[in-house]
Amino acid sequence: MSGPWLTAAEAGCLVCHTCDLVVRPAGVAAEEACCPRCGTPLHLRKENSIVRTWALLIAAVILYIPANVLPVMNTTTIFGTEADTILSGVVYLWTSGGQPLALLVFFASIMVPLLKMLALTVLLVSVQRRSTWDPPQRARLYRLVEFVGRWSMLDIYVVTLMAALVQIGSLASIRPGYGAVAFGSVVVLTMFSAMSFDPRFIWDPMRAKNG
Amino acid sequence: MTRELLSVPVQGETGSMSKSEIIACHECDVLQRAPEGYGVARCVRCGAVLFKSSAGGLERALAWALTSTSLFLVANSFPIIRLQLGGNSNATTLIGATRTLSQQGMPEIGVLVFLTTVLIPAIQLAAILYLLLPMRWGRVPPGLAEVLRFIDSIKPWGMVEVFMLGVLVSVVKLGAMAQVVPGIALFAFSALIVAMPAMAAAFDPHDLWRRVPVRR
Repeated sequence: MSGPWLTAAEAGCLVCHTCDLVVRPAGVAAEEACCPRCGTPLHLRKENSIVRTWALLIAAVILYIPANVLPVMNTTTIFGTEADTILSGVVYLWTSGGQPLALLVFFASIMVPLLKMLALTVLLVSVQRRSTWDPPQRARLYRLVEFVGRWSMLDIYVVTLMAALVQIGSLASIRPGYGAVAFGSVVVLTMFSAMSFDPRFIWDPMRAKNG
Repeated sequence: MTRELLSVPVQGETGSMSKSEIIACHECDVLQRAPEGYGVARCVRCGAVLFKSSAGGLERALAWALTSTSLFLVANSFPIIRLQLGGNSNATTLIGATRTLSQQGMPEIGVLVFLTTVLIPAIQLAAILYLLLPMRWGRVPPGLAEVLRFIDSIKPWGMVEVFMLGVLVSVVKLGAMAQVVPGIALFAFSALIVAMPAMAAAFDPHDLWRRVPVRR
């Protein structure tokens, strides 16, 4: 990066994460200061950011297995019971004529969680190695992870609506499966994981490089 | 405190002491002067959106909040879709769907759906109205900091747009096995996914904070 950038940290300032006020704590130890405008305790970086992000990410990776193996939906009709996983739901949508929608669900339910966990791993490893590799690119990756994460909840809503509506006596009924619980947990955990990551760590090593 | 800061050399500073506020990017921590005027302010180094401000932002946010509240009430009072198969028919409201799920032994999913599509959007609307109504007439409501912090922390968890897409996928899936009739709430939800993002876009916490004095 070019330009004599000065970060708040280098200037000895803390930034309030609630109201964005830039504060230079006078006299007090930096970790005990509170924002003079809104009273939020001030921190240089999010607390225990790396450890929390890792913990939540690992939990999500573990739950990703039952989320894909266990059925998310059990359909009982007069012809018998059929269990659907996330992937077989996409296949069903594809064969029943909703190809564009099938692609969308495939993207939201399979690609997004997978790429999100990969992206968070890349960000964490690069930050821990104090990498100076293309921060703007990694910043963009982080923004993408934050933006796209919530859309994975799509399948949870589909299961909810189907299970609530398809209760037609003995003709057909749909019950949610435990895969849905695991899948919902993956979405929530990866969202929390992305939130605990502090993107300022991406830029911090640039300070040393600039000299 | 701010006076001390002005001695700090900052990217984009023109030598003389400008009146504009110094802010730090929440993504890369670089200090910079807040651009004046209206528009989207982006970080000079990493391009992150610092804040968006617009003329009459508060009034527009308030108008959209009131619109969203009315739509939200309709969206949760009427059935979303009705399913017809032979002589059987079954309709559900959003809250009804979450209740069914809990009765089917999946309370975790029921609670998750209830939180992300009903409770959190409702709290968001109530909190924004609580702030904007008094501030529109120049009064600072008690607990501004706490409420703003709260709005910011629950923001990612309101998922009305995602739910709407879920309705669309369900309609296609159900259409293969039965007749699907759209309900009143479906139209209210369609309007809501325009009104709520419009409210969020016009809502500018940065502008609200500027109205609060810094106490020493």
